[in-house]
Amino acid sequence: MNSTRKKTLREVLLTIPSFVWLTVFFLLPTLIIFAIAFKPASFDGRVADGWTWRTLLSLRNPNYPQIIWRTVWLSLATTVISLAVSIPIAYYIARCAAWKRNLILFLTIIPFWTSFLIRIFAWKAVLHPDGFLKHAMVFLHLIDNDTLLLYRPEAVLIVMIYTELPFAILPIYAAAEKFDFALIEAALDLGASKLKAFFDVFIPGIKAGVVSACLMVLIPSFGSYVVPDVVGGLGSEMIGNVIVARTFTDRNLPAASALASVLILALLIPMLYFLKGKKQGQNEPKPAKEVV
Amino acid sequence: MGVYELEDFLRFKGISKCFGATRAVNNVNLSIKRGEIFSLLGPSGCGKTTLLRMLAGFETPTQGSIILGGTDITDVPANKRKVNTVFQSYALFPHMTVRENIAYGLTIAHEPKELIREKVDQMLTMIQMQEHANKKPSQISGGQKQRTAIARALVLKPEVLLLDEPLAALDLKLRQKMLMELSLIHDEVGITFIYVTHDQGEAMSISDRIAVMNNGHIEQVGTPAEIYEAPRSSFVAAFIGDTNFFDGKISKVIDAEYCILDVPDLPPILCFNDKKLALGANVHLSIRPEKFQISLEKPQVSDKYNVLEGKVEDVVYQGDHTKYWVTIADDWKIALTRQHTRFMLDEKPITWNDHVFVYWFADDGFMLDRYSVEDEDLLQVPPQAVGETEIDDAAIAELPNATMLNIQQEDEQ
Repeated sequence: MNSTRKKTLREVLLTIPSFVWLTVFFLLPTLIIFAIAFKPASFDGRVADGWTWRTLLSLRNPNYPQIIWRTVWLSLATTVISLAVSIPIAYYIARCAAWKRNLILFLTIIPFWTSFLIRIFAWKAVLHPDGFLKHAMVFLHLIDNDTLLLYRPEAVLIVMIYTELPFAILPIYAAAEKFDFALIEAALDLGASKLKAFFDVFIPGIKAGVVSACLMVLIPSFGSYVVPDVVGGLGSEMIGNVIVARTFTDRNLPAASALASVLILALLIPMLYFLKGKKQGQNEPKPAKEVV
Repeated sequence: MGVYELEDFLRFKGISKCFGATRAVNNVNLSIKRGEIFSLLGPSGCGKTTLLRMLAGFETPTQGSIILGGTDITDVPANKRKVNTVFQSYALFPHMTVRENIAYGLTIAHEPKELIREKVDQMLTMIQMQEHANKKPSQISGGQKQRTAIARALVLKPEVLLLDEPLAALDLKLRQKMLMELSLIHDEVGITFIYVTHDQGEAMSISDRIAVMNNGHIEQVGTPAEIYEAPRSSFVAAFIGDTNFFDGKISKVIDAEYCILDVPDLPPILCFNDKKLALGANVHLSIRPEKFQISLEKPQVSDKYNVLEGKVEDVVYQGDHTKYWVTIADDWKIALTRQHTRFMLDEKPITWNDHVFVYWFADDGFMLDRYSVEDEDLLQVPPQAVGETEIDDAAIAELPNATMLNIQQEDEQ
């Protein structure tokens, strides 16, 4: 009895630093955002005193459904395509010779050495109407000269996939690296085709990695605003852009908070539901977020 | 042992496998009969697992072909072969239950659900795992995993079952039990088993026939008794059990059956000349430790016996038998064992430094076709006697640490 109590005490002490960190830098700010959503805005851009439901009414803006829908499909498409690309890559890396494996991982991480913004602007050059890619595609008759590669949702999608891909590859690779490839041989031995073995054995084997990759791509995608701002056009706005506009252009923090609260809840509720399901699953390997 | 169809059910014809510059398997020719338990035995890196993987379809031979039941299966992919494998690490699918694991192959084959259920139930009964059917592999013991892996392979009714070091991950007691179970399962299903192991005890006790492999080629194929009693090469003689080698020259051919072998520093040795060697031929003789007899008095034996005199160098008591190392004519050290058939404490034991007579029946020695000096490294050597060797202070200093380390490791287990 005494020893278990000691153990619990030690666990509590060890949890305190991360608990304090999360409270101060995550929980409190989130609660503040929720609170501001119920505050009136003042004309000089500050948060006024008192409480009101009226800010929430601003969510009925007729432009929002379209923007929310765009945010959802762009984020989901980014996630699905990133996963579809990352899983074969992770499989390949895990089966490589050690030197090759390190080289590929190194190449995966190298983009992080350059500022995020610079990389996005580099894409602007790549997709530019006078850029090489455009000219090459026109030359090959894939598109006509009037088609724009830049300033459209597809451009946002491509660049978002580009930025999120390493966050999908690394956790999936971490899971694939621990995978016992004899299981694939066992499936082949029992008559499965290579594709069937891949889906029956490999995918369930790296499930934890896929799930954490999913979250690591989906969450930042939902909140992204730089990418649509730089490579997207008027028809490529996402929720993030609207929040930025409410904050800096309109100087209406309550309206921005209301929108941000919706975004947070939209991500948090499915995630809590998912985490509850996972706890029942037990001893799944820990997602290797630390790699990034 | 059952009755075999006398056909070459499974044949390896001139099989070689190269990985880069290394030849893992070198021109192997083998014929395996239907229904037998055939072992591939050899030290690690001898090519036995590569040979098995080629049969399973996980590796493609660089040269040669594999014929199963009259059909060339060399280029048939693994998932189309009527061959199933029990993997060394079991390779059970961790996200499926025992039942789902066993059913996997049948599901792939799109068998009707009812039939799958029936067949899986049959297997579960055979391996006595009915009450564990719905457990995940992480919830069952090593022996149970092993049985599940066997059932998963057998439920598909393969023509050949491949077992890759199936008992290596189990502890000794469980290994012996599983070995008997495997034998029983074989009696029940009657299909051909190919059993890969580096453990000669396992191979000897379960196999109908054994192929001893070394450096990618086959040294000898035969029944366990043939392999042990009539080893063709010094490798087989030294790898299977223990032995003594004598190299000499035939100095006299007595008749069709016997000859005299001249070994430097030893009296002439009478040998059974099954190889029909001619006068002057160089030959290596292998004599197993248990074929020797030892006594303190000069033995009264017929002229078909060889008798040597020597000094006991070392004695190792092992309960059921004692192992002696006897030095003869300064240069020759003979290892021999003596089975205890009487109550040991009543006897006057032979001890260290005793002058003894060592003798054996001429027919009990066996002449080797092939000999390689390196194989002498495989022989058991007498324990280093204290006082004879120079004591290395550094080694002594490390001793207690090493011992403690061992104890710690045991504790962790």
